[in-house]
Amino acid sequence: MDQQSGRRLLLPLAWLWRLIASPKAGQPLPEHWYVRPLAVLGIMLSFLIAYAVGSDEVPIDVGRDVGNALDDAVDWLTSNVSWFFQSIKDVMTWFLVSLEDMLLWFPWPAFIAMTGLICLLMVSWRMAFGSVAALLVLAVFGLWPATMETVALIIVTVTLSIAIAVPMGIWSSQSDRLDVFLRPILDAMQTMPSFVYLVPVVAFLGLGNVSGVLASLIFAVPPAVRLTNLGIRQLPAETLEAAESFGATQRQMLLKVKIPLAIPTIMAGVNQTTLMALSMVAIASLIGAGGLGLKVYQGLGRIEPGNAFIAGLGIVFLAIIMDRVTQALTRRQQEAVSGD
Amino acid sequence: MTAAEGRTALSIRGLYKVFGDSDLEGLELSRSGQSKDEVQEATGAVVGLRDITIDIAQGELFVVMGLSGCGKSTLVRCINRLIEPSAGEVWIDDRAITGMADDELRETRRKDLAMVFQHFGLMPHRTVLENVALPLEIGGVARRERRERAVNALELVGLADWIASMPNQLSGGMKQRVGLARGLAMETPILLMDEPFSALDPVIRRDLQDELLALQSSVQKTIVFITHDLNEAVRVGDRIAIMRDGEIVQLGAPNDVVLNPVDAFVREFTQDVRLHGMVTAASIMDSSAEALAGPTEDRYVVREDAVLDELVPAGLSATQPLQVVDDSGNLVGVIPLQRLARAMVSDEAAAAIAAE
Repeated sequence: MDQQSGRRLLLPLAWLWRLIASPKAGQPLPEHWYVRPLAVLGIMLSFLIAYAVGSDEVPIDVGRDVGNALDDAVDWLTSNVSWFFQSIKDVMTWFLVSLEDMLLWFPWPAFIAMTGLICLLMVSWRMAFGSVAALLVLAVFGLWPATMETVALIIVTVTLSIAIAVPMGIWSSQSDRLDVFLRPILDAMQTMPSFVYLVPVVAFLGLGNVSGVLASLIFAVPPAVRLTNLGIRQLPAETLEAAESFGATQRQMLLKVKIPLAIPTIMAGVNQTTLMALSMVAIASLIGAGGLGLKVYQGLGRIEPGNAFIAGLGIVFLAIIMDRVTQALTRRQQEAVSGD
Repeated sequence: MTAAEGRTALSIRGLYKVFGDSDLEGLELSRSGQSKDEVQEATGAVVGLRDITIDIAQGELFVVMGLSGCGKSTLVRCINRLIEPSAGEVWIDDRAITGMADDELRETRRKDLAMVFQHFGLMPHRTVLENVALPLEIGGVARRERRERAVNALELVGLADWIASMPNQLSGGMKQRVGLARGLAMETPILLMDEPFSALDPVIRRDLQDELLALQSSVQKTIVFITHDLNEAVRVGDRIAIMRDGEIVQLGAPNDVVLNPVDAFVREFTQDVRLHGMVTAASIMDSSAEALAGPTEDRYVVREDAVLDELVPAGLSATQPLQVVDDSGNLVGVIPLQRLARAMVSDEAAAAIAAE
């Protein structure tokens, strides 16, 4: 091998070295220079080992065992702590039934008129007209009782979500540790496919509206926690400094300054939570929740796409009305605190 | 403007602030005399304040002036410990703020140290009155008293008609009046002002400077006033400290700083300041024995603290050097007309004569 071809052979190696360790010309090597070369070496070695063994299957598989163990744990909880779940179920059922009764006690024209009035006062003429028309459509399609049941479900879900999420959000805005701890849990609540927790929820609470509320809660709580946390953390530094310079205690800071200033963002979280809860209505019907979701589910089961569509449209109507009203609430809060 | 001789109300002793993870090492190096850049090179720590020692008298309006990043805002925040100093002491009368426990510090902030902020720091969800009353609410003052004090303070800044308005209905100048009223309502002996007028239009800024001076002549607070504008510093200050890289490079009365800048850095600032209001008869007069013995103008006698603008009319009709007298009427110097003319030509020339 002559000198020329020897150098040519080394050239890629030198290039690789520069890429991996990125040494700076004329400077000593950085402190952990060996980490990246080692990592690259490890990857190369893994290829070699797989090639030598002749198989790239993972040698152990404990997935089923862990899954089964989890199933056993759920079984154990269901049979041993059922009194706990039963009492939760009883209380929530009572709430749901009373609320639904109250909503149904309202004559339907009165309810529609009231919704129209709220939209007129808070949103716009057009929205008032649209909401009245939409609710009339639901009424004449024979969906009124189902609509009221869904409204009751949403009200309970959103109320519970806020009762859980806002304090959680406030707490995590005050503690970086809790924030870091909560973040992956909230991610999991939002991305875990809902079917995964439908079964254990049924195992604990049985079929019914309460299970539907609980399943919706898992999905609806995270945005309100996140936005409450964010709303408090992103307040202008100078305003907080001002309060601190007046000698405010932590508690005074929170109650007199931080929470009032974060209300617009917290309201945006409430809006998100409402929409999330609505988006869970159909899935909740899989575990026995009633209302419009159930109509969609039944339409699906009986292969009546038209009926499923009409009920689905009802969910969309409710979503639009609730979104516009909560958005108007948020906007009002924002206007009240806009400017410096 | 002679409050500087009074009792010391606020005393800053050997104050250091070093930012960064290796702040303690940085502090050591800074203490051993290394410059801000050297410390940053060696440890990565940023020296915000280096060995600041100031005594501020009761009733004095003390201005700290410097470019952004020079540490002036850090300094004012170290006084009420919004920023924790790395070393050194801050004393109010005979109490050291540095070293106070949390509850004692809160009490001191409520009773002794009001603060006004550049961007006002108003609470948008509260009315003007509720904003001004907020510090009192935090301090546990009874509802009726805090309303009374807030209304009084708002009257002082001319906003009595706006008490029920929301902050976003006010202009910038009015917002800062609210900020000022909030500071006054606390009825503290000390008022910290962090670039209070920097976010305002020049005309409004001038109005507020005048108003501050008028207020100050009646309330006589000890004020630490931060600014990056030397014109403002000269206008409002009893004394001025000029800062650079976390250190005080010059400290003195406004005309002293403007007429005798210690180095090129300070001179750079002073070039933009109108000197006519600053150059006095005393600063350009000739007090040598032969000058005093020479012929002088009898009709035009000027006081030694007369400023250049006042000297000009006398100089225009005089034919002999002007006589300069002190408070009791004794002749202390003369101003040859040539010299007066030179001082009138340019600010630089006037400064040069003053330095002679």
